[in-house]
Amino acid sequence: MLNKNKKRSWLVLLALVALIFGLVACGGSDTEEPAGDDTAAEDTAVEEPAAEEPAVEEPVAAGLESDAAEVKSEFFSQEQYDRSMRQMTLTAEGPEGEPWLQYLEAEFVDTSEFAKDGPYTFCFSNAGVNNPWRVVGYNTMLAEVDLHPEIEEFIHVDAEGSDEKQISDIADLVAGGNCDVLIVSPNTTAALTPAVEQACEVLPVIVFDRGVFTDCPVSFVQPIGGYAFGEAGARYIIDNCGDDCNVLALRILPGVDVLEERWASAKLAFEGAGNINVIGVEFGDGDNAKVKSIVTDYLDRFGQIDAVWMDAGATAVAALEAFEDAGQPYPIIVGEDQQDFLVKWQENGLSGIAPTFPTFQWRTPIIAGLRIMNGEELPAVWRLPQPIITNDNLDQYVQPNMPPLHYAMCGCEGMPDFPGRWGGE
Amino acid sequence: MAQLSTIGQEKSWRDRILSGLRSVSPIYVVLILLLIGIGTQNPVFLEPSGILNLLRRAAPLMILTAGQLFVIVSGGFDLSVGSIMSLTVIGASLLINNDPTNAWWVILVLFGIGIVAGLINGALVSYLKVPSLIATLGMLLALRGAGLYWTGGAPRGYLTDNFRAFGRGWLEPVPWVERFPYAVIVLIVVSAILIYLFHYTNLGRQLLAVGDNPRAAKLAGIQVEKMRIVAFAVSAVTAVIAGILQGGFGGVNPDAGDGYELQAISAAVLGGAVLLGGRGSVPAAIAGALALEALFTLLNLLGLPKPLRDAVQGLIIIGAVAYAAFSGRRSR
Repeated sequence: MLNKNKKRSWLVLLALVALIFGLVACGGSDTEEPAGDDTAAEDTAVEEPAAEEPAVEEPVAAGLESDAAEVKSEFFSQEQYDRSMRQMTLTAEGPEGEPWLQYLEAEFVDTSEFAKDGPYTFCFSNAGVNNPWRVVGYNTMLAEVDLHPEIEEFIHVDAEGSDEKQISDIADLVAGGNCDVLIVSPNTTAALTPAVEQACEVLPVIVFDRGVFTDCPVSFVQPIGGYAFGEAGARYIIDNCGDDCNVLALRILPGVDVLEERWASAKLAFEGAGNINVIGVEFGDGDNAKVKSIVTDYLDRFGQIDAVWMDAGATAVAALEAFEDAGQPYPIIVGEDQQDFLVKWQENGLSGIAPTFPTFQWRTPIIAGLRIMNGEELPAVWRLPQPIITNDNLDQYVQPNMPPLHYAMCGCEGMPDFPGRWGGE
Repeated sequence: MAQLSTIGQEKSWRDRILSGLRSVSPIYVVLILLLIGIGTQNPVFLEPSGILNLLRRAAPLMILTAGQLFVIVSGGFDLSVGSIMSLTVIGASLLINNDPTNAWWVILVLFGIGIVAGLINGALVSYLKVPSLIATLGMLLALRGAGLYWTGGAPRGYLTDNFRAFGRGWLEPVPWVERFPYAVIVLIVVSAILIYLFHYTNLGRQLLAVGDNPRAAKLAGIQVEKMRIVAFAVSAVTAVIAGILQGGFGGVNPDAGDGYELQAISAAVLGGAVLLGGRGSVPAAIAGALALEALFTLLNLLGLPKPLRDAVQGLIIIGAVAYAAFSGRRSR
């Protein structure tokens, strides 16, 4: 028995050794691949980057050729991309200084058929309150409700990030018969479409934040979108980084449309630029410790990172701390409008940019709902402006009294219970 | 079986070396192989500073695993540790309230919360006879909910630099390595205490006895209920320490400890602990945690796409655990 056991343990160990060395071999072969020819046409197709002369002894970046860099065709629409780019150059219409009331390229619809006397019951089916962005947004929406006494009741149902729950939530709200308006922030696009279509037959529906594949809602509220977000950060890096710029791209996770759009447009921009060498594209799951570890590893491998592009800013500070801990100079950084990042940016005089997916969009559906109740016309697609925080306007968005995970673009400063409702002092 | 005696009488040198090797837990071999793998990918990682960086990064999981081992050998699971870690980070950001002078009493309060959670876990399992899987799952949900309720969904303050120093700071200058992470010092101290408690006091032997056969342990005069409560309390305390280190390393993050409970259990089993109790070693469990972290690093360095990384990681964990369970059964 002893012999048998001995044999077995060595066999298992051998298998493990083989597995580990097999993996090492696989990874190794990657680094020996030729960099590919430089004649790649500059078009929208997925092509190689302009990696010109990989020195033999240096680790060669998988960069834009890695699996994490791939953009699947279902997540890229040339039409939406062009629209986003165009709208970023336009000035929004509507009241000055109140971006949640502004709109771009709007076509108005008549809502007189829905007009009704108050008081009203507004119902909201929410995909989730499961991250700081949604917490800030939801608090902002509640404050907006408080501004309107004619909304007698506000029924909020939290789907907790589950399609199934949200589908039954919507069915329950519709069947209950109490709602005058239904606001939906869909968890995922395709799964929630039938539920929204059924609700549209019974009462006026407003969809915001993420979309659905139907135009049955009276109004769809959304900022300009992911393409513009991704492009803004990439363009800033391309314009400010100089020649031969090593860029690390950090993404949260694959398969979410708004995030895929951000990366798709950034990738297009990087491919079209002559000075960008994308040394890696990694998924950090939005986890500080993980992002910090990834950046630390890349600093060890490549020695120098000139710029960090991120598809969402929640972990931007963790990425910067990896540079601090390694004793390296700060990179050019793409973050978001989260306070911890803005404070760090200001304190250290970083070269940074923060595209935003503004949380003030949570105010608009309530306002749209009241317009419908009053029978006023409103934009069928309510395209909100999407401000960008730059070195020039940074100071006006830094709010030391607000918590680190507060989003500056909430448009909530003049609202009831500010700042306590949002956790500020 | 019966042949055992014939082998034992005249051992050749070869047999002796082989059996000597066999008594070494295989996790150390796996760990060394993983480190070699990392070294072939990038020698920087095997320089002293690289090793210290790896240890610093792995310290929360290593400490957590050592604590988890106390529960596992006594025949239970502690699923609540991840949410204790998260609660530690959230609670610290809230209580410190951006004032560094608060850090010290806040740390004491956090330990207090952790110990209470651990005692409740233990009492539920010991006196109310709730299976540990259910009791600690309930605690996981309760603490997660409490954290969310307490903060309204998002942490309210920053973690001050003095609080973060444990997970982020260095002792410097130190000869040879230049700077030595505080996290690694915490790791060494906590490991030493837990190894002493488990291997050099009666506590460890009694826990093993409880996990192996609670009835026999009870008949032998061991206070089974108390032992279990102690195990859960130790686990909860290590979770608070891990939370402080993790919060220090990464900063404010409402789900800093998510998923750590399962990683700690996998790591302990990688280190040869037998689920349902009765067998395990603190150093091997700590090595298991380091091996797991080294595996993550290696898969990262290899640049494997994320889905493949997850799959490989799962296969290696299943393989190692199956091996540990198999050889454990044979040698009993």
